[in-house]
Amino acid sequence: MIAPFELVRAGSLAEALELLESDPEAHVLAGGTALVLLMKQGLLRPSRLIDIGGLAELRGIRMNGDLRIGALTTHLEAERSALVRRHCPALASCFGTVATVRIRAQGTVGGNLAHADPAQDPPPMLVALGAVAVLESGAGRREVPMEDLFVDVFETSIGPGELLREIVVPPLAEGARATYVKFLPRTEDDYATVSVGAVLRVDADGRCADVRVALGSVGPTPVRARRVESALRGERVTPARLREAAMLVREEVDPIADARGSAAYKREMAGVWTERALRALLP
Amino acid sequence: MPAERLLSDLLRDDLGLTGTKIGCGVGVCGACTVLVDDVPVTSCLLLAAQAEGRSIRTIEGIADGDRLTALQRAFITEGGFQCGICTPGQIVSATALLERSAHPAEGEIRDWMKGNLCRCTGYYGILRAVRAAAEASA
Ligand code: FES
Ligand code: FES
Repeated sequence: MIAPFELVRAGSLAEALELLESDPEAHVLAGGTALVLLMKQGLLRPSRLIDIGGLAELRGIRMNGDLRIGALTTHLEAERSALVRRHCPALASCFGTVATVRIRAQGTVGGNLAHADPAQDPPPMLVALGAVAVLESGAGRREVPMEDLFVDVFETSIGPGELLREIVVPPLAEGARATYVKFLPRTEDDYATVSVGAVLRVDADGRCADVRVALGSVGPTPVRARRVESALRGERVTPARLREAAMLVREEVDPIADARGSAAYKREMAGVWTERALRALLP
Repeated sequence: MPAERLLSDLLRDDLGLTGTKIGCGVGVCGACTVLVDDVPVTSCLLLAAQAEGRSIRTIEGIADGDRLTALQRAFITEGGFQCGICTPGQIVSATALLERSAHPAEGEIRDWMKGNLCRCTGYYGILRAVRAAAEASA
């Protein structure tokens, strides 16, 4: 079923980077839930996989002011981590809504991002939180803001020879609140029809001090809702203004029709769910 | 062993452990659930090589010989199965849940078990069985 390939196991990060550099056509195997499925379906036929699953240095969650999640941390580990829950409960629950527990126990946080499936849950939440991806290569390290990581469907800005090492999530500003909501009209384990990650900070006199909104499943990459954000920033956030601002998202998204609805329907739902997400964040 | 060998195929075809079922083959149904280092995984999407050196438990390893676990007995008494094709995956998943959390809340049971589809029971019998097994261990 799966076309034959060569499996090379990296014993260290340095070795993995060497292997990647020497064979830019090779694919990186982490948890395998997405990659093995694509290979099983014949959509991907790599001649060589570099298995990084054993690299302890890419695993685990640390805190140094920022939250740092190693790329090989599984979704289940991230969802249950006391550090993640304390740092940002919405992020923990976002990891907890990915697919099913079996997939979360196997699939890794880094693999999910590198896969760049626009219907995945963590990308819009991480964009809204202003997270950063740390990429490592033989030439050194660089940091890429999460919203620049995603280029197109299944396409990222991770270059040849580069490996996603960890993600860095800055703390929420004092008084800011975050949420992740997803619209699942069919079944609980389905991909979202639309999903929204949002962060909102309202100051003491009821004005929006800061806001970041990003949506999943309604474009080739997570969609940052900049019009919504600028319509709110500095304004007094009444329910009416919030609704008006949220509806602007309909001009920003670019959904495709599929079994989860027509493009027009998803556009409409993007507005509805953006409003719901923001309303849930009002003090 | 060829690199492309899946864990589900290794178990069923090479080792003759056919208790692990293949329903969808694409990670959706949960019939192929096995425990790798006590964590439930999707054996139809895991290369056997990824499980090298790790402990693997299948449905064949859940009961102690002929002695069924409380969970397995509860699946019988609570009507937790009909045709049985999903049952190994259901029991393996629920076993891992009860090992982590002896008295899971209702929401935790539902969230944990939602990755195991069943076309026969309508799920109520399965939920009753998991609850009954948790209560039995009180
Ligand atoms: S057979 Fe593996 S999830 Fe359905
Ligand atoms: S008992 Fe038949 S599918 Fe579950």
